[in-house]
Amino acid sequence: MSGKVFIPQDKLASALERLNEKVPVWVPVSQGADRWGIDFKPFRAGMVPVMDRQSTALPKEVIFPQVQTLMTFEYVKAPEDPGRVQLKLEEPPEAGNALVFGARPCDVRGFFTFDRVFTEGPFVDNQYKDRREKTLFAVLLCREADEACFCSSVGSGPADTAGGDLWITPVEGGYVVEGLSERGGSYVQLLGDPATEEQAAAASRSQEEVSRQKVGSLDPSGVVQGQKDRFEDKDFWRSMVNQCLGCGVCTYVCPTCYCFNITDEMRHSRGERMRSWDSCMFAVYTQEASGHNPRPTKLERYRNRVGHKFSYFPEKYDGMIACCGCGRCIRSCPVSIDIRKVVENLKERSHACA
Amino acid sequence: MHAHNPYLPELATVQEVIGETHNICTLRVVLNDPEKMKNFQFTPGQVGQLSIFGVGESTFVINSPPTRMDYLQFSVMRVGEVTQRIHLLNAGDQIGVRAPLGNGFPFEEMKGKDILFVGGGIGMAPLRTLLLFMLDNRQDYGDITVIYGARSPHDLCYSYEFDQWRSGGANLVLTVDTEHPGWKERVGFVPTVLKEEAPSAHNRVAIVCGPPIMIKFVLFGLKELGFEDDQIISTLEKRMKCGVGICGRCNMGSTYVCLDGPVFTYSELREMVPEL
Repeated sequence: MSGKVFIPQDKLASALERLNEKVPVWVPVSQGADRWGIDFKPFRAGMVPVMDRQSTALPKEVIFPQVQTLMTFEYVKAPEDPGRVQLKLEEPPEAGNALVFGARPCDVRGFFTFDRVFTEGPFVDNQYKDRREKTLFAVLLCREADEACFCSSVGSGPADTAGGDLWITPVEGGYVVEGLSERGGSYVQLLGDPATEEQAAAASRSQEEVSRQKVGSLDPSGVVQGQKDRFEDKDFWRSMVNQCLGCGVCTYVCPTCYCFNITDEMRHSRGERMRSWDSCMFAVYTQEASGHNPRPTKLERYRNRVGHKFSYFPEKYDGMIACCGCGRCIRSCPVSIDIRKVVENLKERSHACA
Repeated sequence: MHAHNPYLPELATVQEVIGETHNICTLRVVLNDPEKMKNFQFTPGQVGQLSIFGVGESTFVINSPPTRMDYLQFSVMRVGEVTQRIHLLNAGDQIGVRAPLGNGFPFEEMKGKDILFVGGGIGMAPLRTLLLFMLDNRQDYGDITVIYGARSPHDLCYSYEFDQWRSGGANLVLTVDTEHPGWKERVGFVPTVLKEEAPSAHNRVAIVCGPPIMIKFVLFGLKELGFEDDQIISTLEKRMKCGVGICGRCNMGSTYVCLDGPVFTYSELREMVPEL
């Protein structure tokens, strides 16, 4: 089979080292021994990527850093008139290329939500666009769906290759890798020796098998109406979100959550304006200087979060659901709030009242 | 606005600071780039983000009309961190401006109609832009009635130009909540004065801005006078950061106040998710 290579399990690190010389590579690595704390980090020699379970945090950071400088500023004396103070603004340098190795289909799908908001205008976020265009994804065929996963319910699936540049298929003893895009394809030969007939066939079998899997059984149709019908039903929302601690972890681990804050930091006469991940689950997110808050309690905040993903976003972006079904919000929630349950209930109640 | 980076402000110089009330000041600013200042175009009702570098940004309506382009004017109430610092600005200070943002008033559709402005407190700021624009194009509009109220005479902004508004062709009705020595205009809450004035709803557009409680009762009053929902226009305020429809916080359902607003008709508002 042409264009497919095989990376033996014990050669993965050296393959990544070769790749990392061409393009900075990000890999999922574990911070500890347990299943938590798997995070995407820039590859360094000796790192062992965790390829057999989903990462806790996602590679959002690569394209949308948790804290990103939008500009730097400096107050300086006007050279011709030292009685006056001038301002100097500087934009940050352009980002470099990157390749995310071992992203799962849901990790990549998340950026589809970002793309609509950040690149379609009317205002284009060029810092995002720049990084997005320069970042490649080596997508892993996902065979590790758990009870919290529901990617097939929201237009994706464990064998989804959308947005991928390389496709990694785990097989006996290693990984078969093939190119999906032209840019991705140019790195394939670098990673290993050409796959044998058997390895290539094993990869194809695995891909076919996984592509037949349906992960999750949520049916999000009808939620837009449900959100409208049940918007004012405070008892319903309270019952869904009563135990919420407002910690915001659901938004931080979410591949489609893109809300950010903009703040200034200054020391002496210079500083920077930066954006950092924000969370709609925090009270201060919408709180105005006067003290007035249009979403004063967790009820309104959670209602907005569910609404945004399953109603408002589809309304604005021709039906597209702002959820990739990765299940991280369910898995990470300290009080186990399950967004699927909320969505199902919204629909049921909506039918019941129709 | 910089086309390639919507977050990057234009540098501007404060030309003048006018003290309006004990907690409201008005800034007149000029963009440092003379070309950009000359070519600056906007619609009354559009807003801008003012930057104090090192403190942050806040959203304010452009308070001067596009027909008077010697400077861009913003009225600022001292409420939070950024506005606190804005109140310390002096002529010559450097700030950042990202403007114009948002949609603005549909002034074309208002041509040939009678106009009613109802403003309370700092809510007069966006109305002033449109009012001056209309006075500068007086022949395009019918009767222009302005009902403007504040707690006391000292809380009324723009008092130094009331005479100009009147001589320019506005029927200006001023009111304060309680009697004050020397006050010769009306006394009473804005909704009450609206009832007393009772402007005809026929072929008229009402533009309302003020504190939420005032808006609530003004809406009742306008209904009684026969105003339909699409004859009533308001302009909203939200906590904003990016101002360009990306950062996510000023939404009401799928509508972004910074991008789709801040100006909405009452019929549009009724269709929106009620998170005011």
